[in-house]
Amino acid sequence: MEVPILKQGAFLIATFQAALSDADLNQLRMGLVQQVVKFRSRAVIVDVTAMDVMDSFASRTLREIAHMIRLRGAETVIVGIQPEVAFAMVQLGLTLEGVATALDLEEGLAYLNEKFKVTN
Amino acid sequence: MVGEIRVAINSDQDIVSARQKGRVVANELGFSSGDATLIATAISELARNIVSYARKGQITIKKVNGHNREGIAVIAADEGPGIADIRQALRDGFSTSGSLGLGLPGVRRLMDEFEITSQPGKGTTVAVKKWRQ
Repeated sequence: MEVPILKQGAFLIATFQAALSDADLNQLRMGLVQQVVKFRSRAVIVDVTAMDVMDSFASRTLREIAHMIRLRGAETVIVGIQPEVAFAMVQLGLTLEGVATALDLEEGLAYLNEKFKVTN
Repeated sequence: MVGEIRVAINSDQDIVSARQKGRVVANELGFSSGDATLIATAISELARNIVSYARKGQITIKKVNGHNREGIAVIAADEGPGIADIRQALRDGFSTSGSLGLGLPGVRRLMDEFEITSQPGKGTTVAVKKWRQ
């Protein structure tokens, strides 16, 4: 399953679907980092609103994506973690430490626009 | 639902289909959507353990009846290498496959009941239950 990556000015927006397999997540991790390089993006928003399960592999992949993108000099914001998914993540002992999160896409964009003072 | 649902676990794609089927069964049994998410997450972790450690196995999802209550049971069975030290495997942070090692203790926290039997060289079976509130 392909994850659409949208270019929005200096930012990239990746929208996750519900049924991502491990292989899809691995592919996305590589694809996102490559696109950040290609477009010289300042930040990436990963929208996980549609994800109904965030297990240990998905959380670890998100953390790795954020760390790779940080090494490239850009920032990652995870948006749209559903309340039930957040509850399950905490029960499972999963954290996204060191990764910025925001309520939804709008809040994520507002956070980045403020941070980078850019007008998209 | 009719009887029980069995999902063969052979690849990472099967992890996704197992957790989706688990959510459907949980919804049919009247679990809240929050509990269905906990159940689907537990199934995802159990199925991943099968793929990571045993390569193939099976997840069975079924309705269970207790004293004046109904619930869901999930049984993850494989014929993989087994676990030599179950107590160690149930400790947070322990892993032999380079993963986070949160799988089993995390699953235990997501569900109400947790049973594991394992024989080195023969395989592992993890049976978990959650009761409807």
